[in-house]
Amino acid sequence: MTSIPQRINPLQRWRNMSARTKKEHLAGYLFISPWLIGFVFLIAGPVIMSFFVSFTRWNIVGDPHWVGLRNYHRIFTADRNFVQALKVTFRYAFFYLPLTTVLALSAALALNAKVRGVGIFRSFYYMPYMAPQVAATLVWMWMLNPRYGLINVMLGWIGIQGPNWLNDPKTALFGLMFIGLWGVGGSAIIYLAGLQNIPQHLYDAAEVDGANTWQQFRHVTLPMLSPTIFYVLVIELIGVFQTFTTSFVATGGGPMKSTLFYMLYIYNKAWVSLRMGYASALAWILTVIILILTLLILKSSALWVHYEAEKK
Amino acid sequence: MAATTSQHTPRFSLHFWRKVRNYAVLVLLALFFMVPFYAMVSTALKTEEQLFQIPPAWIPHPFAWENFIQVFKEVPFGRFILNSAFLVTVNVIGQVLATSLVAYGFSRFRFWGRDVLFVILLATLMIPKQVVLVPQFILFAKLGWVNTYLPLTVPAFMGSAFLIFMVRQYMMSIPLDLDEAAMIDGASRWQILWRIIFPISTPILVLVVIFTFVDVWNDFMGPLIYLNDPLKFTVSLGLSFFQGAKSTSWHLLMAAVMMAMIPPITLFLIAQKRLLGGIASAGIKG
Repeated sequence: MTSIPQRINPLQRWRNMSARTKKEHLAGYLFISPWLIGFVFLIAGPVIMSFFVSFTRWNIVGDPHWVGLRNYHRIFTADRNFVQALKVTFRYAFFYLPLTTVLALSAALALNAKVRGVGIFRSFYYMPYMAPQVAATLVWMWMLNPRYGLINVMLGWIGIQGPNWLNDPKTALFGLMFIGLWGVGGSAIIYLAGLQNIPQHLYDAAEVDGANTWQQFRHVTLPMLSPTIFYVLVIELIGVFQTFTTSFVATGGGPMKSTLFYMLYIYNKAWVSLRMGYASALAWILTVIILILTLLILKSSALWVHYEAEKK
Repeated sequence: MAATTSQHTPRFSLHFWRKVRNYAVLVLLALFFMVPFYAMVSTALKTEEQLFQIPPAWIPHPFAWENFIQVFKEVPFGRFILNSAFLVTVNVIGQVLATSLVAYGFSRFRFWGRDVLFVILLATLMIPKQVVLVPQFILFAKLGWVNTYLPLTVPAFMGSAFLIFMVRQYMMSIPLDLDEAAMIDGASRWQILWRIIFPISTPILVLVVIFTFVDVWNDFMGPLIYLNDPLKFTVSLGLSFFQGAKSTSWHLLMAAVMMAMIPPITLFLIAQKRLLGGIASAGIKG
């Protein structure tokens, strides 16, 4: 940064270029133009537009009416469904995130064992993740059928009268959790890759020091895996806040709004009531919530995520 | 999972019990993942009377194969399959073309603002879906594209940021010497792309095909928002309406669900080595 030449304006710089360099610049833009067009029209444009639409009342058919902060004001002061949607989504996240982490980790640890036939189990664990979500939801609706579903039949074997699952406001949300957990293979595979990246010599050293299996897990596996856990946790968190298909198909948000996920509420406002402005305001609030939660996890990560590269 | 031995226990029996424990855990978890598949298949093969037997029959007797034919009579399921297949094909073509062109541009050209644009591309991975959903719909509605396949296909020709990133990383690992040698032989940049880079990138483009296939086949919200005409429905969308149509006939519904699951799961079983490797490395790098 010693001898910066006097600033040449881009136009002049362009004129000074050789024909070949000019061609190189143009060709580069030509090749990335599909993405560039998509970025302008499908991402950047819509994001800016969404922001402005959130200050309007608009049913698409007519012209948008500028209403200032009224959408936001109403959401925060008079919208009971907004509060309900937040409650449902947070409640789900509160139970689901620990459950999915433990299950995915257990699956990954089991798959990391060096035993014959482990490849078949890996396929088994991952298969549900590949299934269309609608299909998975329908399968679990049948599994959770209070009378004929396998879950309650199996509970019956051990003398438990199974609940009404999706038909009962108290249990419906937990019923939906089965569908999410069934697809845990996706995260398990990422954990498995993380496990396989842990150098064997760390375990050897721990063993020399007399660490038992649990101590090895606690002091070698967990810290070495914490960056992966952090990554998966953020992805899962964003996923929970965008949960839509399962509740739309299985319960439609009911019974008694007990599964009214935030995303479902946005959908209802935009495509059932055709209130595009209100729905956009809801979407921005959700975005801010996700952002804050991600930042909180990021901040907390200093306490529990261990980066090998940091020490060097 | 290193095998430990203590002085007091004979090596053999410790190993043996460790193995038994490993398999026990593996099987227990496998039950959770596989029992729903079993329930789906067995229900799909039951007659209506068998459906409501208590206790339920573990293996349907006789097998009601006719359920699979009945599905096609009750709803235009064949039509749904064709529609999904069409959308998958167009999307796959679009993504392969777009991702290889864009990735080639990012990995092989020096142009003004390239690195900033690439960072922007990565940043778009974090753009929340819910924010762009409504304005995209308004845009497509104003273009008169609602109830057509255009909103569900055209975006593929602009490339998904995630797939572009994946292909670009791969192309970055192809040595530049190859390009230079071809250039000395008088090849144009186009020829270098199609004759050299494209063939070498086949493994990663196969991954693009698989990801796109599964994404489009499984997509629910897109078709739900944009399609009104039942004859244009995809398999996923069709299934969700099948459910409420009559007082749910679970045996037929499960037969349909099974058929909806077959393409992505078969694809997974065929390509699982490459797929799981790709996902794992994408996950770690992400």
